[in-house]
Amino acid sequence: MAALRGTTRHAADRNKMALTTIVLILTGLAVAGYLAGARRAYASVGGPSNLRRLHSLPGYHGFFVAICCLLPALLVLLLWVVVEPRAVVVLVTQGLPEAARGLSEGELNLLINNIRNLAAGDVVSGQVDAMLTDAALRYTELSRLGRTLSAVLVFGIAVLGAVLAWRRIGTDFRARHKVESVVTGLLVAASSIAILTTIGIVASVLFEAIRFFREVPLTEFLFGLNWSPQTAIRADQVGSSGSFGAVPLFAGTLLITAIAMAVAAPVGLMTAIYLSEYAPPRVRDVAKPLLEVLAGIPTVVYGFFAALTVAPVIRSAGEAMGLAVASESALAAGLVMGIMIIPLVSSLSDDAIKAVPRAMRDGALGLGSTRSEAMLHVILPAALPGIVGGILLAVSRAIGETMIVVMAAGLAANLTANPFEAVTTVTVQIVTLLVGDQEFDSAKTLAAFALGLVLFVVTLCLNVLGLQFVRKYREQYE
Amino acid sequence: MASPEFNKLQAMDESQNKLRQQGGETSARPTTNGAVRRPPASREAAPGTTVGQVRARNAFLTAEDVNVHYGDIHAIKNVTLEIGRNEVIALIGPSGCGKSTFLRCLNRMNDTIESARVTGRIMLDGQDIYSKDLDPVALRARVGMVFQKPNPFPKSIYDNVAYGPRIHGLAADRSELDHIVHKSLDRAGLLKEVKDRLDEPGTSLSGGQQQRLCIARTIAVNPEVILMDEPCSALDPIATARIEDLMDELSENYAIVIVTHSMQQAARVSQRVAYFHLGNLIEVDETEKIFTNPRTKLTEDYITGRIG
Repeated sequence: MAALRGTTRHAADRNKMALTTIVLILTGLAVAGYLAGARRAYASVGGPSNLRRLHSLPGYHGFFVAICCLLPALLVLLLWVVVEPRAVVVLVTQGLPEAARGLSEGELNLLINNIRNLAAGDVVSGQVDAMLTDAALRYTELSRLGRTLSAVLVFGIAVLGAVLAWRRIGTDFRARHKVESVVTGLLVAASSIAILTTIGIVASVLFEAIRFFREVPLTEFLFGLNWSPQTAIRADQVGSSGSFGAVPLFAGTLLITAIAMAVAAPVGLMTAIYLSEYAPPRVRDVAKPLLEVLAGIPTVVYGFFAALTVAPVIRSAGEAMGLAVASESALAAGLVMGIMIIPLVSSLSDDAIKAVPRAMRDGALGLGSTRSEAMLHVILPAALPGIVGGILLAVSRAIGETMIVVMAAGLAANLTANPFEAVTTVTVQIVTLLVGDQEFDSAKTLAAFALGLVLFVVTLCLNVLGLQFVRKYREQYE
Repeated sequence: MASPEFNKLQAMDESQNKLRQQGGETSARPTTNGAVRRPPASREAAPGTTVGQVRARNAFLTAEDVNVHYGDIHAIKNVTLEIGRNEVIALIGPSGCGKSTFLRCLNRMNDTIESARVTGRIMLDGQDIYSKDLDPVALRARVGMVFQKPNPFPKSIYDNVAYGPRIHGLAADRSELDHIVHKSLDRAGLLKEVKDRLDEPGTSLSGGQQQRLCIARTIAVNPEVILMDEPCSALDPIATARIEDLMDELSENYAIVIVTHSMQQAARVSQRVAYFHLGNLIEVDETEKIFTNPRTKLTEDYITGRIG
């Protein structure tokens, strides 16, 4: 048994090595194809002095051969890597005795896992019997065969592609067009990755949310006033019926966002006004990078700053004034979040103010306005669309912010407008719903997706609205 | 630069001019006058030396030895120039010669450019406008400015004109403000065209109308001097003609300093012309003399189109 384990371990390593070797050899083939293609292009016009007669430069011919060598071979290799393990499993299963094949799906999966582990030399659950050893040997055998086959197939295709491409090279061959179209294809593929990922994320959230709404009606979710997502796992459990009214969460989110914006909007705007209009250049040179540092602080740092420093201060200050303040008050989380957002508001507002044409400023000053009059009556109104756009973007940032509220806001879903009480937010609940051991088909877990979906829709709307404002503003002055 | 003797000579010449002009003789003075006034070899003006009539009769705005630096760049060099009451004076010269910079000295708009440094003395009606006691904000209400590109504020036509009177508290109540707005628009020749749509945004007007709106906005604060920085360069010939007519009317009440690239415009609207070249004020004289009989080669080259 130990011997088998040794060899299979070795085989697994070799498997990885084989793939690397194949890719390396393919690269070598492609380089050779490039050189051969370029040389043939030179030769077809009788040397570098007649280069003008070639439709495309020799380099393009070389690239064409290299691409024809590499691209189909890589595609086949990719396909092989995906398909091979499944094929091997099917073949191994067919080789099992009748009794084993009659097992249920779950048991069969377990058996195959054991076979695979044994072949790879890992720990095997249960008794290792003759059937298992047999199957493992077979598995190893088939894998080795697959590797050999794949290498032969891939190299064959690579050489065939290169040779076919090489033969097409001639004076009139339009290699440049072919290469350009392949490059275009690569660029399209690259850019579609981001788009496809977005679509995938939205789809997954959407489908899970739909599953959730099958169990909990949409109206209860959107308009219910009671949030307590603990559901009964066993039928005999008591007191955990679960109720999914998301209104307290959104109210909490709105409360904290409102506090954050009440801090960030005026402070950020005034910072922008000072930096763009009043600050001497030396102050600006120091203050701007400092603000950017503020933007670069990780939100988790803001989080414990809020939880450990700001919240106790607010609590003791409130108690000194005879107010009841929760130790995880909405005020603490909102204040710190507002400070976090200041750089965003100030830099977007700064851009908007800077974009107001100098003529506008000169016109106001030329009439004898003071700087603050010019700012208040002329520049700010002209910059307003940009500033509003920036603030909307900041709001959507505040709504989606997670780390600060996870650490500083509470978990209790209170429906209140009192900033001294603890509230919870959508993002906090998503985190708590998904942290720890979960079963993935209960309403409790699925609720996270529904919350995520609504959050996504809200921030998307805000972003679209904000960008619309900014765009409208740009059209006005360019 | 100017020696005491030189100044005395100029002053004498000045009084002669005044006498002559009071006698109804406004131009066509003997050209030998110039020869008396300047050193014989100054056909090619040395830096900082100005040829011609820097003094105005009835001087209202006086610049003495003005130098402007933008950082390391010496943009205006020892410029001395007087501007008379009710006079239209045109500043001409090739691009980058400093005429706009000089203009912006006259209402301290250069203060808004951080690297700009202005030295010398500029007196408005006997008061040093660069003295510490003087508030540039109050100064700019006395010395209005119209810019190259029409720059109406993003407000209604009414509010554009009412802006200045409001910030300076010129109107006691709404009806007085209405009166100022209507009077200013009327004097800018715009009232007829806009009186039914005073609530529309200023930017909805055509370019020429916008520029007249800016002029109305400037005269609404009742300034004593109006500075115009190429006010017609963004306008078509018809709109330009209207603005030029307007300048003629306005000169009854205001001193006007206009920077222009159009020699025809300078000839049409101004009584005196100052020619700037590379930060030097080369030649100043009555418009007719500058255009018919310039004394320096540089001025001649410029007005005949050889430089510029």
